[in-house]
Amino acid sequence: MGYPHPPHPRETPVLSKHFGDRDAIGLDGWKKRGGYAALERALGMEPVALTNIVKESGLRGRGGAGFPTGLKWSFMKPGDGKPHYLACNADESEPGTFKDREIMRWTPHALIEGCAIASYAIGAETCYIYIRGEFTEPLRTMAEALREAYANGILGRNAMGSGKTIEMYIHKGAGAYICGEETALMNSIEGRRGNPRIKPPFPAVSGLFGQPTTINNVETLAAVPHILNNGAEWYKTFCLSNPKSTGTKLFSVCGNIARPGNYEVEMGFPFQEFLHDLCGGALPGRTLKAVIPGGSSVPIQTMEEAEATLMDYEGFIAQGSMLGSGGVIVFDDAQCIVKQIWRLARFYAHESCAQCTQCREGTAWVTKIMERIEMGQGTMRDLDTLLELSENMTGKTICVLSDSCAAPVVSGIQKFRHEFEAHISGKRCPLRTTAAA
Amino acid sequence: MMADATGVTLTIEGRSVTVPAGTSILEAAKAAGVLIPHYCYHPGLPVAGVCRMCLVEVEKAPKLAPACATSVADGQVVHVHTEQALEARRGVLEFLLINHPLDCPICDQAGECELQDYTFREGRAQGRFLESKRFNPVEDFGGDVLYVTNRCILCTRCVRFMDDVAHDSVLNVSERGDRAVIGKFEGQDLTHPWAGNVIDLCPVGALVSKDFLNKARAWELDRTPSICPNCTQGCNAILETRDNVVMRMRPRPNAEVNEYFLCDAGRLNYRWLSAPNRLEAPLVRQGERFVARDWEHALAEAAALLKGRRAFVLASPMLSNESLYTLRRLIDVTGGAGAFRVERGPEAPLPGVDDLALRAERAANVHGAERLGFAKSDTPLDRLGAGDVLLLVDVGGAPLAANAEALAKAGAVIVLGTTLPEIARMASIVLPVTNMAEEDGTFTNLRGRAQRYMQAKAAPGMARPLWWAVGDLLAALGERAGYFLASEVFADLAAHVDDFAGMSYETLGLRGAVVRAPGRPAEVAR
Amino acid sequence: MSAHERGGVHAESHASHGSAGHGHAEPYAPVFAGAARQELDDILRRYPTKMAALLPALWIVQRERHWIGEQAMAEVAEVLGLTPAYVKGVVTFYTMYHQHPVGKYFVQVCTTSPCNVCGAEGVVQAFLEQTGCKELGVTSDDGRFTVIEVECLGACGFATPVMINEEFLESVSPEKIPTILAQLR
Repeated sequence: MGYPHPPHPRETPVLSKHFGDRDAIGLDGWKKRGGYAALERALGMEPVALTNIVKESGLRGRGGAGFPTGLKWSFMKPGDGKPHYLACNADESEPGTFKDREIMRWTPHALIEGCAIASYAIGAETCYIYIRGEFTEPLRTMAEALREAYANGILGRNAMGSGKTIEMYIHKGAGAYICGEETALMNSIEGRRGNPRIKPPFPAVSGLFGQPTTINNVETLAAVPHILNNGAEWYKTFCLSNPKSTGTKLFSVCGNIARPGNYEVEMGFPFQEFLHDLCGGALPGRTLKAVIPGGSSVPIQTMEEAEATLMDYEGFIAQGSMLGSGGVIVFDDAQCIVKQIWRLARFYAHESCAQCTQCREGTAWVTKIMERIEMGQGTMRDLDTLLELSENMTGKTICVLSDSCAAPVVSGIQKFRHEFEAHISGKRCPLRTTAAA
Repeated sequence: MMADATGVTLTIEGRSVTVPAGTSILEAAKAAGVLIPHYCYHPGLPVAGVCRMCLVEVEKAPKLAPACATSVADGQVVHVHTEQALEARRGVLEFLLINHPLDCPICDQAGECELQDYTFREGRAQGRFLESKRFNPVEDFGGDVLYVTNRCILCTRCVRFMDDVAHDSVLNVSERGDRAVIGKFEGQDLTHPWAGNVIDLCPVGALVSKDFLNKARAWELDRTPSICPNCTQGCNAILETRDNVVMRMRPRPNAEVNEYFLCDAGRLNYRWLSAPNRLEAPLVRQGERFVARDWEHALAEAAALLKGRRAFVLASPMLSNESLYTLRRLIDVTGGAGAFRVERGPEAPLPGVDDLALRAERAANVHGAERLGFAKSDTPLDRLGAGDVLLLVDVGGAPLAANAEALAKAGAVIVLGTTLPEIARMASIVLPVTNMAEEDGTFTNLRGRAQRYMQAKAAPGMARPLWWAVGDLLAALGERAGYFLASEVFADLAAHVDDFAGMSYETLGLRGAVVRAPGRPAEVAR
Repeated sequence: MSAHERGGVHAESHASHGSAGHGHAEPYAPVFAGAARQELDDILRRYPTKMAALLPALWIVQRERHWIGEQAMAEVAEVLGLTPAYVKGVVTFYTMYHQHPVGKYFVQVCTTSPCNVCGAEGVVQAFLEQTGCKELGVTSDDGRFTVIEVECLGACGFATPVMINEEFLESVSPEKIPTILAQLR
């Protein structure tokens, strides 16, 4: 539901059903709500059967890439004699995204249950939950839930009396957006700089500590117990548009919007209704101007594009953007697009791990040019330069941080060129949103 | 087509090439004679794949592939010089240059800088960077290394060398984004005995040698294939000279000996090769003084001294196989003996490379000398017989193992030297010879590998290679006539010393070859 | 969860901050002795390599010393079998590790785009003015406050999120700051 707001009747609360419900946080409360039934059943099944159910459900990675979860699990070869690992990606850092935080704060046991099922399915006896260091409250909540789970025999050497070993540990991040990239996350667990690794080898072949590893997002794993409890067919019914996008999806909504928060809807939900009805539309006296719909790394949408979008993996692509992590950033007419893109570029420049040339140098350079334009010192040639630099920063590096910096720049210039030109010709920000330098 | 044990066949720039499975596209291209520009890749280091300079177009691939980190596949078709790949490289060059100072005129790397070279070849004619460049001060990394931060392109070759080859992780990448620099920990310097290699590995002028700082421009240097003479490892090296002075010694790759590396003790011990206090003419004693004479006259006097007497050679482990061979012949002709002493120091291995170390024995040809029948001894003059003619060899690079008392035992002293040490002033005849930089020759390393080195500078005055002088001396004694070329001496050596049988300068090439089975003292056939 | 997750705005352990850890003349007292050593030993059991305990070990150092100085890096390196340079490379990668002493209250204001459009710049300005900090990142003269801008804190729907030490505050606006600061006195 649209925590912190009351649920909207058009929402489909599955993952978010207990957001705001303090009684659901603890183990007892969670068990009363049906918790750990799925894990208990799963531990009595063949791992491959679990993987097949998840495959059948159509569940796709909720971290941004949208890779089919069951297929990912099936890459983990059983009986290879190697230790397998599960890493839960709770390094939620994509600007605009704050759904995993709420899952951990309100339903920590849902995540632990999902992690345990996934661990068993992929043959992993150890799972690390990588939580960003800034999430002090989710860290505390998850730690307490883990303590409860261990104390009650849910985890450990004899998980739920099954004879199976499932160890689960929290690994606390220390301030690095890039650690949300799966190979950087593995490096960070290993005690290294959070540098993304070259693929291949893929994590399922050589991941954490050089062993087969699966990395799944919090929201993905939290959905797994529901799928087991209700069946793949049930999950597939949550589909309003493209059959390749199934299930419910949490969308985090922020920026210039009447009711910011998390909303859970079926895949394919109309974005227009979502923005204007569920989220309450623009603030009084304002009109909406633009949306970045999938976290800051995806292209910006005009309102025309946004309002024509059906909210699933394919629907956002059809309207010039991507579903990404489901972090919806809304801008109204009081905001300067140039400034916001500058601000986002600065974010990427700050977070670049410094490995690849294009990213290390490009993100910083783009930031400087964007700042200059916002300050009224840009030239028309800067726009061409920005587009060319963005081209050189796209598809050429180890990970996609560089591409993510380029995406809002390119889409911003394409879709809001008039705002850029107004800064250049007027030699200042028309909205004067930035104090003079 | 399927890959099989014989290899993988692919096409690079229209050239078909077959390489072992698992080879990178970059190495396969080298085999096909195609250079794919790169910075972070180095064959002696683990692959990092970070500079993104080696992006190439692989047909049917969705995007450009880093050639260093992409394995070959059968039937692959690779394009290096398409517009798309060129544009990507031009982009990388532009990014690398935005914060790079335009200080080539004062940069030691200029002329041998891969950033300069590729920019000249493929870069944009004009920069588009209108902002201010970042600035960081120069840092002393300790050892021989200065870090000129502003020139750094963060290729991390230096960090990987220290981590994975030297096993001494004193360098890191500090900070992130465009604030990132190569860092170290306060008080922990690049003091590893092999740390100086980071200077060679640096593709730009970020890590520079204090020893070489502002001494010469790269394009002024003449480069000669050589062998580091400073220990028994026999690392392949390049001697770089300007105006007949050795300015620098750097490693020359040889997978069998030193991979790509040279230790600091070796690379920095080259000044003696250009020492100024050289003997320039044969000297013959007349009463209390020496008189300069021509070679013919001096050799005739030497031959006269040797007639009917035993020659005892105090050899040097810095001598070439060729020179040692001629001395060996002289010993055999006169029924004499030969010995030498070698300086020792602590051994310093490079852990990441098998069987590579700065060896305890600090001279190039200890093993060659032993194979040619010279006795290794800390007191090499013990066996000097009363009345022997002592041939005292001093070709530099090692202290003279002689003392006045021992010398007094000799019937006569002939010095074959590069300099005239005080102790040798009692000699009857002094013959000026070359040091290793001034001659062609071979050394035999501790694994029995005979390796050639070439003349890098002119000899001073009338100085000659020792083999030439001794060859003429043998001729003056009525033996088979002298030699004109080092290769002739070596051919003679190969013909008469079993260990070297079948070898020639041609078969040695520039990588050397292992001499036959562990050496027993050679019998020189007459 | 170990105690270091439970610190907070009111944590007593900060009381001595401002002098401890600053004096370079004093001999360095190891962090990993007694309970902290035990804590690290427990952490080491979670991973197949010692290196993997690096981030947790650094968190312990920061909890105990409030920042991570070179001597502490050298100690961590020693304890985990790493080199000090390696540890420093890791410390400088992660922005939450303090490489320099900071004020008793370390105030981090999110200013990334979603918060920026909701007024984060005003929140930063108000914190600077009301804490006596002259500049971002520069500790106030009384040693009580350091204010910095941070990138996305991951609570964009609760703009503007602010962290004060381990306390995570949501929906902070300039008007709320006097009350927040009053609670710290």
